[in-house]
Amino acid sequence: MPASNKSLNPFNLFIYCLAFTSGFSIMGIELLAGRILAPFFGSSVHIWGSIITVFMLSLSLGYLFGGKLSTKSASLSRYGLIFILASITILPVVTSSQWLMESIFLTIEDSRYGSLLASTVLFFIPTVILGMLSPYSVRLLVTNSNESGQVAGKLYFVSTLGSALGTIITSFYFVMWFEINTIIVSFSLILGLLGLLAVIVDKISLNNTSTATGSTCDV
Amino acid sequence: MFSHNTINNVIMTSLGLLLILMLLPQQASAKVIHKERSLYRNILVEDKGDLRCLKFNVKSSKTQQSCFLKSQPERLYFNYTKLLLSSLLINPNPEKILVVGLGGGTMSNTLHQLLPNSQIDNVEIDNSVIKVAREYFHFFENDNIKAISQDGRVFVKRALLKKQQYDWIILDAFNGDYIPEHLMTKEFLEEIKKLLTPNGILTANTFSVSKLYDYESATYKAVFGDFYQVRNLKNSNRVILAMNPEYNKHNADINNLTKANVEALKQALKQFGVDTHFLAQSMSSTQNAEDWPKNTPLLTDQFAPANLLNID
Repeated sequence: MPASNKSLNPFNLFIYCLAFTSGFSIMGIELLAGRILAPFFGSSVHIWGSIITVFMLSLSLGYLFGGKLSTKSASLSRYGLIFILASITILPVVTSSQWLMESIFLTIEDSRYGSLLASTVLFFIPTVILGMLSPYSVRLLVTNSNESGQVAGKLYFVSTLGSALGTIITSFYFVMWFEINTIIVSFSLILGLLGLLAVIVDKISLNNTSTATGSTCDV
Repeated sequence: MFSHNTINNVIMTSLGLLLILMLLPQQASAKVIHKERSLYRNILVEDKGDLRCLKFNVKSSKTQQSCFLKSQPERLYFNYTKLLLSSLLINPNPEKILVVGLGGGTMSNTLHQLLPNSQIDNVEIDNSVIKVAREYFHFFENDNIKAISQDGRVFVKRALLKKQQYDWIILDAFNGDYIPEHLMTKEFLEEIKKLLTPNGILTANTFSVSKLYDYESATYKAVFGDFYQVRNLKNSNRVILAMNPEYNKHNADINNLTKANVEALKQALKQFGVDTHFLAQSMSSTQNAEDWPKNTPLLTDQFAPANLLNID
């Protein structure tokens, strides 16, 4: 497969699509976090303070780690593995949030710190991992330094657009059609399947390129 | 010389004009006497002649939270607040009362006058509302009557941990434009049920016009079994009255249920503008009339789009 200079070759389109999904899921989950915490910590304004703080903090760390990770033999497979990891770490929100929140509720009387700890326990790890995807996507998309700013701009555009849609669609429609757990499991499944697809695509294209031209995948 | 008639006419006309002038400023327009932006909403206190109202967000009558007549502060202005008192027809001496949603504190004041020895806990999420109630609505507090600034759900969960119980729980946390969805779910009502004493009663001000009516009714029925609906044909409010089903077998015969107290409370409630006979007549059991579809989904912590259902 010859290296294309056009940014919208199928490979790039796939990366953008994955970044969009990750942005969509992050905000969909953040929005549901308010509903998940409400039975134990209420809906006072500090609940959103806790949730937004934890998401912002995790994303910032995720960007840092993702950028660092992308310097060492970056590949579509590794990118896909990050998605799979994110998919798995979201699941405790469905399986264990009740007893986790209950024990936090019992130990911490102040609902500000209770909600802060609960959102950390439930959302910190998956959001860090989802945050890693952004710089990693840039690494996979950039082929020369001249276009790096433009690529980063496009990627932010796509993933933040995903976030916007994830927020509005989840809050306007999903909550009316599905249970919270159903929505979270769906996000997890979609992220996991896309990750798996990325790994498969990478393996196939590696085989193709090595059999056809003998060169290594140059992304 | 003016004739007798002319003088009379002049006097009558001027008296009439004076009367109109005296009435005009009262009827003309409402005056905002206090305005503040709290963490949750805009709070308005409005005077319209003798009537003082607490409003949230906008200057329309739809968002009135609490009103009272300055000349007759004990009179209950809103119909639904009168309907909430139906609980007294079944259990006239609640010793511990929980009110979720303070508003202007008029409910708490009324209950204190009726039951001076009862303990009343008012839970209100918005601290600014508590301050406004104190300052503009004569909200009365003492050792027995408290206002706690906390989310209702969190208060109920903590109260259960402390093994507290209430004889009467009043849910009045729903205003027209935003519904705290976590205070409407099956799980929350289960918690409320555990917080009731054996003879405990829950009265809740609920929605009766939107799609939410069916969902809410089905959810209450799932938790409490058959309940009583208290409604007034004059307006769109419906109060749900549910008793602790673990101890009370549902009695669909309202007359029999309230018989003992309708006469006994007649005088006591009259000063608040409440007619006990009429109140008893406004009650009906869902055992005879279930007016929502059988397969209505329940509101749960997992599924509670109450605000979306309340749109139309």
